[in-house]
Amino acid sequence: MPIAFEHVSHIYNDGTPYRHVALEDVSLELAEGKITAIIGQTGSGKSTLVQHLNALLLPSAGKVLILDRTIEAGSQPKQLKSLRGQVGLVFQFPEYQLFEETVLKDIAFGPKNFGVSEEDAAKKARTAMQMVGLGPEFEERSPLELSGGQKRRVAIAGILAMDPAVLVLDEPTAGLDPQGTEQMMSLFHRLNRESGKTILIVTHDMEQVYRYCDEVVVMEQGKPKLRTDVQTFFHDSSLCRELNILPPALIRMKDMLRENGFTVSDEISDVNGLAKELARQVKRHG
Amino acid sequence: MALIEVKDLCFAYEGDNLAVDHVSFSVPEGQYVTIIGHNGSGKSTVAKLLAGLLEKKSGSIVIDGLELNQKNLHQLRSRIGIVFQNPDNQFIGSTVRDDIAFGLENHCVPQEQMDDIISEFSTRVGMSEFLDKEPTHLSGGQKQRVAIAGVLAMAPKILIFDEATSMLDPQGKDEIKRVIMDLHRKSGLTILSITHDIDEVTSSDNVLVLAEGKVALTGTPAEVFSQEKMLKKIRLDIPFSLKLADELNKRGVSVNRELTMEGLVKELCRLHSNM
Repeated sequence: MPIAFEHVSHIYNDGTPYRHVALEDVSLELAEGKITAIIGQTGSGKSTLVQHLNALLLPSAGKVLILDRTIEAGSQPKQLKSLRGQVGLVFQFPEYQLFEETVLKDIAFGPKNFGVSEEDAAKKARTAMQMVGLGPEFEERSPLELSGGQKRRVAIAGILAMDPAVLVLDEPTAGLDPQGTEQMMSLFHRLNRESGKTILIVTHDMEQVYRYCDEVVVMEQGKPKLRTDVQTFFHDSSLCRELNILPPALIRMKDMLRENGFTVSDEISDVNGLAKELARQVKRHG
Repeated sequence: MALIEVKDLCFAYEGDNLAVDHVSFSVPEGQYVTIIGHNGSGKSTVAKLLAGLLEKKSGSIVIDGLELNQKNLHQLRSRIGIVFQNPDNQFIGSTVRDDIAFGLENHCVPQEQMDDIISEFSTRVGMSEFLDKEPTHLSGGQKQRVAIAGVLAMAPKILIFDEATSMLDPQGKDEIKRVIMDLHRKSGLTILSITHDIDEVTSSDNVLVLAEGKVALTGTPAEVFSQEKMLKKIRLDIPFSLKLADELNKRGVSVNRELTMEGLVKELCRLHSNM
């Protein structure tokens, strides 16, 4: 069953001078078992939207359907704890939330909190460490003395240790170097393809959306403006330009080549394919 | 003599494990230098050593003809401004005006003069309309611009950006890159920018590539990006146009390794029509 928002609104500080409508009558379906990118300008409601998925925020109006549950405006959601175990939410810059003495303890905190025995929690933590590429040598180190990229992995491992069915990540690669970004995104891709996890990623990085995601939701002023598959979205630069988003380099290059009289087929989706096609055209002329 | 002369600089956070390992480079006055390398390659450590925030283990740093040591530290610090990564960690004042004034107050600048300075530099970074705003009402890019104004107010000769754009959204990144470019062109400041942004690297005068605490490569962007093998070895990203040019050359289409897409498209058009 897909995840669905039905007429969801969210108003911050309602009834005060700081009242702010962050989501306005949102109706939206998000595919299960896929990687969906949620994009849009800062302040468009992306983070507010995803924080409804584990009932961290409750709708001011409307309802959210997720994993056979309904989170409805005006009523306290039941079995909140088990929902939070099934929908793992990783905030922006999660490394600022590490607090335990050792990496292993920090990662095991989640499962322990859900009633898993100390021993099993450590086991789950070790598995999660392996997933994010942190070797056993990190177990006893203080999370506070790690590099930014390593801390980020500890934070994500803490969520993975709970083995959630839905993984929600708010800008998981912001501030990471290109190599760290690559490792992180291929991890999410693997979790999706191998374990069938539903993954939602809030991001500004179109290169990653193009490479790793299946679907795109565009948020604008508290409303979903568009939901489509990645291939359609990046068919050419026009949609991105319209939305004031810098398209991925490959798409920009394809468009520029077309404008200059080259024929570039839609199917080409990487540098090698493009080089092959161009080589054929240039040589044929020769 | 160059404005910054670094020779055999070494630093270790603990023990003998050198985070900065015999690093030497020089930066002539007015240059815009980008410093690239992976997390943990020693980039930020070099920046902090230059700004006098860390004390070197050995080697020398000479800035503006003066050796950076305990004796000259105070004098040299005023010539170097540094802007950090996290916009929220460096906003000290309760308003934009207070934040820019912070450094000036510490230097006992008289009030009238202070107002002029604040007005000048807030305009410089496009924040003059926001002087009475509180940080919670500013975007990340705006906060970083205020940080830059605060640093500029101290009249430094050298500006260091330590991944100043990496936590910002695309709009914020563009804002800061424009401010940096503008400062470089119009003010003659010497700029060192630690970055992962390939476009920014391409637009700088010189590039310093660090890997495992050592200088791996140095030169103009074109020179540095021509060292394919080295870049591959340390797994650094290169501009898209170079990736495509390399693939084309592999397939027997000989094109120049252009740094921009526009350049490469021109190359290809030339081949297309010549044949």
